[in-house]
Amino acid sequence: MKKYIAFFRLRFSMGLQYRTAAFAGIITQFAWASMEILMFRAFYQADADSFPMTFEATCAYVWMQQAFLALFMAWMMENEIFDSIVNGNIAYELCRPINIYNMWFSRSLANRIAKAVLRCFPILLVAAFLPAPYGLMLPASPAAFCLFLFTLLAGVGVTVAFCMLIYMVSFFTISPAGIRMVAVSVVEFFSGATIPLPFFPERLRRIFELLPFASMQNIPLRIYSGDLSGEPMRRAILIQVFWLLTLIGIGKLLDAAAMKKITVQGG
Amino acid sequence: MKLYGKYFAMHLKALMEYKTSFLLTCIGQFLVSFNVFLGMHFMFRRFSNVQGFTYNEVLLCFGITLMEFSLAESVARGFDTFDSMIRQGEFDRVLVRPRNEILQVLGNRIEFSRVGRILQAAAMFIYGFSVSQVRWNFGKIIAVLFMLVGGTVVFTGIFLIYAALCFFTIEGLEFVNIFTDGAREYGKYPVSIYGKRMLLICTFVVPYALIQYYPLLYLLDRGKPYYLFLPLAACLFFLPCFLLWKLGVKHYTSAGS
Repeated sequence: MKKYIAFFRLRFSMGLQYRTAAFAGIITQFAWASMEILMFRAFYQADADSFPMTFEATCAYVWMQQAFLALFMAWMMENEIFDSIVNGNIAYELCRPINIYNMWFSRSLANRIAKAVLRCFPILLVAAFLPAPYGLMLPASPAAFCLFLFTLLAGVGVTVAFCMLIYMVSFFTISPAGIRMVAVSVVEFFSGATIPLPFFPERLRRIFELLPFASMQNIPLRIYSGDLSGEPMRRAILIQVFWLLTLIGIGKLLDAAAMKKITVQGG
Repeated sequence: MKLYGKYFAMHLKALMEYKTSFLLTCIGQFLVSFNVFLGMHFMFRRFSNVQGFTYNEVLLCFGITLMEFSLAESVARGFDTFDSMIRQGEFDRVLVRPRNEILQVLGNRIEFSRVGRILQAAAMFIYGFSVSQVRWNFGKIIAVLFMLVGGTVVFTGIFLIYAALCFFTIEGLEFVNIFTDGAREYGKYPVSIYGKRMLLICTFVVPYALIQYYPLLYLLDRGKPYYLFLPLAACLFFLPCFLLWKLGVKHYTSAGS
């Protein structure tokens, strides 16, 4: 366990070095969030009654989504890992007395959290001071806030565990580019990155909420604003924990299978 | 132009060595922009119109904008990796050759995997047309052509700005994405839905509205006749972009070895 915590710390402090990139990212995400909110406003003005969330909750969702982008965006996979599989550097990693799955898991987790820590505070701070309906509201209740933090972490776990599956599959397919893009767009759509899940028709939404993708950003962001509470919230959290464990389990199985038949590429 | 053709053939040959990967990347590209369409589709399942635009009208707008962007992208995406070109000193090589610099930079990287996106743009474009209840006449067909030309020029201009800024910053600036990918993403809806202020910015600062919103009104019989020519006016946007690029080339000091 200690080894993996060391990996986590190493990656975390590495991630914190990229401050200029973070600054550029903050501006981009800020602009992105503003446009998104303006778009939802247009729909809200068109027909407020058909709006499935309160407008405030929607804005909070958008701000949080942009602030914590690095935690949940599936396309932020680690090129280093893909490269090492394709060019054979993986051999070095295999020589070490560590488990590949655990190492990559802690590494990806650290990368995502470091990026998010650098970027989230300025965005959240500015968003909190924007005028009422457009800004970031306070959390629905202290309890909701605690649950938000818990599900946020679990959500990152699910995201990383899902990305791990892609890494593991690339052991078998060698050329990861294609499968990666397909996976990314599937995640984007079903996780509520394209539009928040409540905006989908009721029946589709019920199915979507059972999928692992809904356990990524959908749950924490909606708990924060109180859009998800009570019985449905408890159910959602259970599903989230279930998927976290299941995805890690599948990943470990794939890992074991890959290690048995791995061919190292390159010379 | 012949030179560009040669670059084109070269990249195509290199690519055909990796067919499966190419195919999957194409599908991936296709899916990525298909998501945007699905997002819109489900928004309109819930809302019948947005700021007076119906689903069909927005689809037309989306198809045209996507097509404009994809055309520009297939020409000018080579600027995307321009920062690494500068950092590694490769631009020196470009300068000593007796050919146009822009052409060489663009020829350096042509991505055929964008084919997926272009196909999707074309599909959206055609679909947008078939469901739109526009009464077509000669003027409107000209308007669409103008939009495509104007849009390609404007987006190419923005890619050029991105590259020109690299001369000064050495690093690529991520926030320029707001004006390229962001414009594609949010250009799916007519600019006016984002509010009056946004419309003003998109008219006078970066002329998105001139290639999208105003001519669209013309197509839908809601605009004034002179809206037809606004996309051509948008082409003027290319001038400052080009000047910035020229300034950058002059300012260029070599990096790398």
